[in-house]
Amino acid sequence: MKKESFVSIADCSKEDILHLMKQAEGFEQNPNQKILEGKVCATLFFEPSTRTRLSFETAINRLGGRVIGFSDASTTSSSKGETLKDTIKMVSNYADVIIMRHHLEGAARYASEITDIPIINAGDGANQHPSQTMLDLYSIYKTQGRLDHLVITMVGDLKYGRTVHSLLNGMSHFNPTFHFVAPEELRLPDIYKQFLDEKGISYFEHTDFSPEVINQSDILYMTRVQRERFTDLMEYEKVKNSYILTNEMLDHSKPNLRVLHPLPRVNEIAYDVDDNPKAYYFEQAKNGLYARQAIICNALIKN
Amino acid sequence: MAAKKKELQVAALENGTVIDHIPNDQLFKVVSLLGIKKSTTPVTIGYGLDSKKMSKKGIIKIADKFFKADEIDRISLIAPSSQLNIIRDYEVVEKKLVELPGELVGIVKCNNPKCITNNEPMKTRFQVIDKHNVTLKCHYCEMKTKKEDVIII
Repeated sequence: MKKESFVSIADCSKEDILHLMKQAEGFEQNPNQKILEGKVCATLFFEPSTRTRLSFETAINRLGGRVIGFSDASTTSSSKGETLKDTIKMVSNYADVIIMRHHLEGAARYASEITDIPIINAGDGANQHPSQTMLDLYSIYKTQGRLDHLVITMVGDLKYGRTVHSLLNGMSHFNPTFHFVAPEELRLPDIYKQFLDEKGISYFEHTDFSPEVINQSDILYMTRVQRERFTDLMEYEKVKNSYILTNEMLDHSKPNLRVLHPLPRVNEIAYDVDDNPKAYYFEQAKNGLYARQAIICNALIKN
Repeated sequence: MAAKKKELQVAALENGTVIDHIPNDQLFKVVSLLGIKKSTTPVTIGYGLDSKKMSKKGIIKIADKFFKADEIDRISLIAPSSQLNIIRDYEVVEKKLVELPGELVGIVKCNNPKCITNNEPMKTRFQVIDKHNVTLKCHYCEMKTKKEDVIII
């Protein structure tokens, strides 16, 4: 509803994404700018997420803004039964922007409709986590020098992986080719395949995580295969070691290939990959800072 | 014979609304959705009437009642292509087909228990993304609902 709010990746046009990429690039070159001096930013984490919160708060601090908020809803009035609406209305009296994470899906969209200050979604349940998508996109943009016409291979839990679904949406503006590598039980749901079909984007599905797929890729996007996602534990035991990336699997990959992972990782990337120059997941997390600086500025400073 | 009967039913109303061509099996659902039990003006309900368009149809005739858009939206979900005849001074002044709108506000429940609309005192909001097959998408949690799963509030 409010143009400045940042709720879902589906709201972002190709131009919006490219604009944010350029801005993030500027913040990477010069992260300390006093753009938010005199601004108060609220970080409302109704559901804890240390990694995301620290990244947002660092972004605000480096831009000279002030932070108020909470990192755990159990210490706030929502534990007394206050509605989200009332909390948002109250905080809107104090802050210039609200960055929120909530366990309920659609919470950020609703918040953006009940207040006049911009809302930045830092995750709403299993629905959206658009700042993660922006940092994924920025990592791709930065390592490949472009977003257009890339071959992107996604591996692991493609059924429940929120980051996978959002990245599909974000990349859909840029004519990618996708390879989806997943066990039968965790294949990409049909609604996302329909979305790609409508957009005329080509994709290939594999159950084998083979070097052939890796060797044609520009980006290898790894995700965690979680035990609790399986209805059949026998099936889990069978596939649990099939989607692990080891260093030698990268031997014949393209020189520009980079390995991404939204983190935290468990065992799906072997530790010997960490020293490979193609491993990019730690820098990827750092890019979150620049991407979030861009998102906050975009929400607050109209240009 | 049937045509004559229908003419009589329409003509008998001075002012009000006739909802015609309701699928026979949906008639009583439509009656309940429109809250006709609470009507203070006379209502005639016809069930199993002969129809040229469909084998059997239902018809509801309500005196001195003119529906608001959101009331019509509710029946569009279960009885699309019903026909509304607005009667004023014994004349049909307006005929319109009941059609599913692009957006449904406060009519359908979201089936996602973790959706904000099931946890806050607020109205639901759905985009109709496929009018033909009736597929709805929650404006908030973005989950899709198919026709057979639609629950009307």
